[in-house]
Parts: sequence; structure tokens; C-alpha cells
Amino acid sequence: MRFAVIVFPGSNCDIDCYKAVEETIGQPVDYVWHTATDLSAYDAIIVPGGFSYGDYLRCGAIARFAPVMNEVRKAAEEGKYVLGICNGFQILTEAGLLPGVLLRNRELKFRCHPALLEVVNNETPFTRDYAKGEIVNIPIAHGEGNYYCDEETLAKLEANGQVVFRYKAGENPNGSVSDIAGICNEGRNVVGMMPHPERAVSELLGSSDGKRMFTSVLSAWRERHGATVNG
Amino acid sequence: MAQQLTAKEPTAEQIAEYKIYREFGVSDHEYDLICKFLGRKPNYTEIGVFSVMWSEHCAYKNSKPVLKKFPVSGPHVLMGPGEGAGIVDIGDNQAVVFKIESHNHPSAVEPYQGAATGVGGIIRDIFSMGARPVALLNSLRFGKLDNPRVKYLFENVVAGIAGYGNCIGIPTVAGEVMFDESYEGNPLVNAMCVGLIDHDQIQRGVAKGVGNPVFYVGPATGRDGIHGATFASVELTEESEEKRTAVQVGDPFMEKLVMEACLELIQSGIVLGIQDMGAAGLTCSSAEMAAKAGNGLELYLDEVPQREEGMTPYEMMLSESQERMLFVIEPQHEAKAREIFERWGVICAKVGKVTDDGRLRLFHKGEVVADMPVKALVDDCPVYHQRSEEPEYYRAFANVDTTAFEEIADLTGALKKVLASPSVASKEWVYNQYDYMVRTSTVVRPGSDAAVVQVPGTRKALAMTTDGNGRYVYLDPEVGGKIAVAEAARNVVCSGAEPLAITDNLNFGSPEKPDVFWQIEKATDGMAEACRVLGTPVIGGNVSLYNENEKGAIYPTPVVGMVGLVHDLDHITTQEFKAEGDVIVLVGETRAELGGSELQYAVLGKTEGRPPQIDLEVEARVQGAVLEAIRQGLVASAHDLSEGGLAVALAESCFGRGLGAVVNVETSLRADVALFSESQSRILLSAKPEKADALVALLAEKGVAHAVLGKVEGSDLVVRVNGRDGIAAPVAELQKVWKEAIPCLLKN
Repeated sequence: MRFAVIVFPGSNCDIDCYKAVEETIGQPVDYVWHTATDLSAYDAIIVPGGFSYGDYLRCGAIARFAPVMNEVRKAAEEGKYVLGICNGFQILTEAGLLPGVLLRNRELKFRCHPALLEVVNNETPFTRDYAKGEIVNIPIAHGEGNYYCDEETLAKLEANGQVVFRYKAGENPNGSVSDIAGICNEGRNVVGMMPHPERAVSELLGSSDGKRMFTSVLSAWRERHGATVNG
Repeated sequence: MAQQLTAKEPTAEQIAEYKIYREFGVSDHEYDLICKFLGRKPNYTEIGVFSVMWSEHCAYKNSKPVLKKFPVSGPHVLMGPGEGAGIVDIGDNQAVVFKIESHNHPSAVEPYQGAATGVGGIIRDIFSMGARPVALLNSLRFGKLDNPRVKYLFENVVAGIAGYGNCIGIPTVAGEVMFDESYEGNPLVNAMCVGLIDHDQIQRGVAKGVGNPVFYVGPATGRDGIHGATFASVELTEESEEKRTAVQVGDPFMEKLVMEACLELIQSGIVLGIQDMGAAGLTCSSAEMAAKAGNGLELYLDEVPQREEGMTPYEMMLSESQERMLFVIEPQHEAKAREIFERWGVICAKVGKVTDDGRLRLFHKGEVVADMPVKALVDDCPVYHQRSEEPEYYRAFANVDTTAFEEIADLTGALKKVLASPSVASKEWVYNQYDYMVRTSTVVRPGSDAAVVQVPGTRKALAMTTDGNGRYVYLDPEVGGKIAVAEAARNVVCSGAEPLAITDNLNFGSPEKPDVFWQIEKATDGMAEACRVLGTPVIGGNVSLYNENEKGAIYPTPVVGMVGLVHDLDHITTQEFKAEGDVIVLVGETRAELGGSELQYAVLGKTEGRPPQIDLEVEARVQGAVLEAIRQGLVASAHDLSEGGLAVALAESCFGRGLGAVVNVETSLRADVALFSESQSRILLSAKPEKADALVALLAEKGVAHAVLGKVEGSDLVVRVNGRDGIAAPVAELQKVWKEAIPCLLKN
């Protein structure tokens, strides 16, 4: 299974995502430049965190126009696995791959700390190794993580099981509607989340609860491609 | 337009006649010297260039005599002071690069940008050496938090540091913040950056090879930050607000691109010399690069990318627009360099040439607009030995008995007051705004004695801290200077690391005042001695003088940034108690020392007397013994005793996991004195019950004073003194006081 980690000017969690793929599941992974026009070699695409294009204008608003985003969209349509983390989530919403937007945090300040999340949907390719309702410790680090969508969209998200992670009740750090920390598209193959699973892959760094995001997608891919594929 | 602006500049004759040079902080004597070096009167551009090169900020003209005292070499030092940053070997062909720098004056008038560009500047110092920046630290001082202006400065400085560091993707892992009236109107904002490098990648800022091209990299030059270095070298006054244009504006996104491109350029192996444009921008970087190579440099100013129309040579040379670098390569590598910068979308312009005549010569619109000897600019600034005089307050404080107050009966109440004092209180409000985890190597996070960052791909790690208690230094500069170094080393040791070296930021008032210069002299004496005894040389640093406001000088505040090496991840130790039943041991001796203590400040409302004394030989023994115990695996937690003494150290050790402790302190001192004394060379340890005997035996064998105080137990902190009740409170209650103090003060 081959992973792409997209690098925009200003991406800064690209290295961490790369390392997480290598260390947790040992699969081949490449940095793919924002100008790339072909992602056909990849099975999963990670849009990492950071400050793409300095977050100027609005977070993710410029990145969505990068040439590589057409390919990300195409990959998503083909059912390939796409994970947007933090700025990556913001970019996926701006690109229309996921509904809603990320507003500035309720208290208008950047927040970085460990966060407890509830696994709401464990039937996505990225969360199948978690138990439904399980509480996991995956840190956040963002200034604009306040997820917002209108009531109609929210109702749809809930009805379709598109809410993947919620902040633990009473611990919403940013004012997100319905405590939403991560969502997926209707097809379940595109997941966006504000918390950083790539930062929670070793007890030495405080938590290894993020590991299963990576093991999940590997097992989903293996299942899809049959047991004969060695990856 | 350009003609008009140029025409407005005073002529060389007018500069001499009306002594216009004085406005740039150039004295009559210095002006005469400049005329002598030039063989004529300097024009406007030249006097501007000389004034910044000869400012305290660039030339260290008042501090050179004291800086000479510092030990700067050691077996592991690969590069000492003089380059962008110092470098220390950490084995396996790797080295650590670090430096601290101040942005005090800019932050006083424009806190967000002042602090942000302070971070940006220190990051450039690190990657200009060829190193990958891996961590940021800071050391901040503000006035009292009940003042609206102080709150504004505090909130915006923190936001500025966060804004820059978070965006560029370098974790801000540690720091310290202290509050005292002394810093009102003149906050201190010191930023430190730590980087990693392979030995063979080390770069220097030299303009090597006559005829080689000089390239400018980064955003276009604007009119911001003109004369920033000079601004940093005068006292702040009400007019300082007008100098707002001397404060630069930061763009961390641009710096991220410049950094990645420069590191790629360096890795390609074609760079002969590279330096950042920091203070005094193009002037300082070009002159210093030429001086270090013993060469000259020509700059073609029409080629300098310009943000505004009609910029004069004077403006271009003195602008401190951010995120710019200068580098020298051989001409045949030009295409390769350009390809790298184009890919990163960063401007790269050929702006000059290395020459052999030792002159810095500037061309603009076909004319030579300045022509100065490089050596005069860089090396020949006069050095001043300022007059030093022991201040009256110091003599008077010799007679103060710091325990001459009615014994405090409510020790729990006193502890709560000290825990709620913003200097001691939790800094979570601050560090939660910093991304301290990006790069996924932060093993020990902010809020500890020292942060610990793993060296990627190895079992090694770096421990790092910033320390400097201005109150101690004010009360006795020499002792305070020693303590600043010793405490930094102690913090590093408590995290399981061997102290390697320091970088220092000397924040003082005006050196032209004899009592301030006395503080500078004494403090650096103390620091130098501590560095020698503890084996931690000074590999670089920064001097920030003229930190004054209407009420006078700030407390003398040398800040020490220290880096230590954790030889194996298993040695990493944190301050919080780990498990019920663990044995608590106090290392070191407690004396009646409350001068400059947090109890004296927060409870008694004073700062007076003599500070705690320090015996550096004892300090070295304590640190050696504790590090040995940690390496032998005998220690479960280690916490340095500092502000608030034993009482606060016990409380903080309980907070991490919400565990309680029951201890008894046997002492001949009064209970309040024993619990809040800030005697030095003390460390609070805990050990698993089965390891406690071995720990105690090791401490005894090393000849280090120690006492078994009690156990980790329950959920209350219970401290008895000679068997009598002292402190008793639920840990959760104490923690609430400690945690909510700063957010609460900010809301009021």
C-alpha cells in the first residue's frame, strides 16, 4: 500500500505524517509536491497540517486551488482513502470534499494540548480498529478548529453516520457544533479531523491512540484488495 | 521621486555642522574617529551604516570588556561566540546549535510583531549555520498583571511568539515568565532556538573567494525596521512610541519557505558563506561576512529587491525587513541556486561581489554612494570601560534580616498565596497557545523543569531550559549571576541530562549609569565562575542594555539558556510524583534564606536583603550525585527547588498526577522559613520503595546532604514540621489555585 503526503508551501506536519506511516505500518510513503498532477500511484493520500500558503485569506482557501487538489478530488471519487488532518481538514472543506467550514476557535486563541475524543463511527477505513464509543487521547493544535455547518447539513451528517470523532462531552476546546472533531464524506473514504493522530503514535510522546488510524486504513486496503496482495 | 528623496538627505557638511550624527547615537568622539577612518566626512548613508555597526547591539562596545570573562571553549564546543550561533558536539557526527536573543524594545512598543520577529530572527540564526531548527524557547518578563497595559503586552507577546513559531512549524517547548513592577514599561522578550546539524554541514558567515557573487534571498526590502539596532541601544522614553516604524513586521510563512530553500541550498554543498540579515539588515550581514573573510564587498543597490519605490541607499542599507538572507557561492553554481529558490517561490537576486580591497562599497544608479573600510565598521568601534560603582541599596540591604517578620501561622494560606503569584502559577494559559508538539519529538512538554526533545532516529535527547531570576541578581548581582547558571544546569540535570553549554542574554539598564554597570560587571563575574565550575561554557548570546523606563533600570536580568544531553531515553525524568508509596527525598541543605524569595514578594510585599547564597562546589556535587542516581535508575521523579522553595516544589510534584504526599521536615529553622526558603542546590526526588535505600546510600556516598521526608500518599498534601502541623490541603484545591491564577488575573 502506497501513501502520498501532500506538501504545500507552509505545510509543517508533513514530516510527522510521513514518519507516522513509516513507523506504525511500515508502508511506502512519498512526499508529493503541491504542483503534482498525477496521484495514480497512491492508494491513500494524507493532506497534512500546517499553514498552507500562510493561511492567508482564510485557512485552506488558497491551497484548494493548488494543481494537486484536482488529483486529490479525483482520487476521492475513485474511492481511494483520503485523510485531512488539521490544516488538511480545512483544505478538504474548502475544496468541497467534506461539508462545513472551520472557524476561529471560540476563544480566538490557538490551542495545543492533549484532547479526549469519542470514536463515534468506527466503520470508516480509518477507524475500523477502534471500538465504537471508545475514548481516545489524540492531541489538538489549532487556531481555527471550530467546526461549523448549518442545521440541515448537521442533521444529514448525523443521519448518515458521518460524524467520526467528537470531543469528549464537556471538553469541546474550540466551540465546534455538536462537539465535532472529525467527519467523513458519504462514501466514508474521505476523513477530515482537527486532532493530530500522527502525533499520538508512541507512548514516549504521550499517547499511541493515533496508531490505529494507520493500522485501520492498511487493513481496509488489504481487505479491499484481497488477501493475496502483500503490502 | 528618488531624486527628491535623495536631495532631502543632509550633506556630509551639514551632518558635521549640525552634529546630525548625534541623532543616530554617534558621539562626537566616535564621529571624529569615523572621519579619520574614511579620510573625509561621512555622507548620510555612511553615517547611517557606521551608526548601526557601532551601536551597542552590533558592536558590544560597552559589554565587550565583561563578555571577555566568559569561558567559551570546552572539549565539546565546535563553535563558540562570533557566528550566528554556537555549536556543541553530541556525538555520532551530530551537533546541537543554539542561541538566545532579545527583542525587548520592539516588544515594548508593538508587542505582537516585536515578539514574533524576535522568534523569526533567532530561527534564522540557527538555520544560517546549516542546522535544522528543532525547538524554540523563550524567557519573558512583564510588570504586574493588574495593569491593563501589562496585560496587553503579555497577551500580545505570547500571541506573537505563538503566531510565528506555530506557523513555521517549530515547537515552542519551554520557557519562563516572571512578573514584577520592575519590568513595567520595559518587558523582556528573549527567544531561543535550538537546532541539529551534522558536523560536515556547518556553515559560516564568510564572504569567501574574490570575484564570487553575493546573493540576496527573501522578500523585498521595505522601509520597516530602519534603525532597529540603534533603537535597541537607547533607553525607552515616551517618544519611543514614535519609533514604531523601527519595529519590523514578521511573515512566518515566508520564513518557512526561506528556511526550507536555504537548508536545501546548504545541503547541495555549494554554499561558501551564508548569514541572515538580522539587526542592521543588509549593512551588518555584508560587513560582517566581508570582515570574517578578510575581504571586501561591493553591493549594487539597484539590484536589491525593493518593496517601495524610490528607496534610498540609506533606507535599503538600514532596513530591517524580515526573513532575508545573504549568501556567497561560486559563479558556476548560480543556476543551481536559482532553481532551488524558484521551486520554493522565494526571490533570489545577485546583489554584489566579493572584492579583495577590504572596502564595503555601495553603488546606486551608476554612482558610488558609500565607500568604507570593512575593518573600521566591524572591528574598530571604540570599546568603553564604563565607570562602575556599588549602589547604595546594595550596602543598605546587607543589614536586612529577611526573617524579621512575625511567624506565619497559616502555612497553607501562605502556600496558596505563593502558588497564585503569577511568577509561580501555572503557565498553561501561555504554553497551550504554543504548538509544542509539531515535529513529534517533544518527549517532556512545557511546564517541567526542562523540556526534552528526542534526537530523531537515536536513543538520545536534548534537555533545554531558560532561567534567570532578576530579583536575586538585583539583590546581589554576583550571587544572582551564579544562581542563574546553576539553576539552569540543575533543571537540565533533573530531566536526566548532562549540562553541555549555555547561551546567555544579558538584559540590563543603561551601562552609562555606574550602578548599572556595577550590576553588569558583578553578574557576569558570577556567571563566568559558575560556567567554569559546572563545566558549561558560553557558546554565544546577546546583550540588551538600556532597558529602562521612567522609574529607572529594570532588575538586572541575565537569562541563561542551557542545553543538556540525555544519553539514553531511559534516563528522562520528570518532576511529578509517579506512584503511591514512593519515597520522597530532599537533596541539599535548607538555610534561612528569604531575600528575593517569592514568599517575601507575594506575601510580605517586599524584595530586599541578600539573596540565597550558593557554593558552586556543593552545587556541582549535588548535580553530579542526582544525575548518577537517575542514570542508575534509582529516581522516579526529580524537581529543582526554586521560587517558593520546598513548599512549592512539593505541591508541583503532586500536581502532575494528582497524587498526595505526607512528609515531615526536621529542622532547626522556623516552620515558615524552612518551607519557603529558597536555599540553592536543592532537588526534590522520589523513588520506588525498593530503590529508596540504594538512592540514599548513593547520596551519602557522594557526600551530599539529604533527608527522607516521607511518602507519596493519598490525595492531600500534608507537610509537618518537626512533627507539628504545617500545610494540609487537598492537592486538587491547591492545583486549582495554581492553575487558575493567570487566567483569572487576565479576566479581571
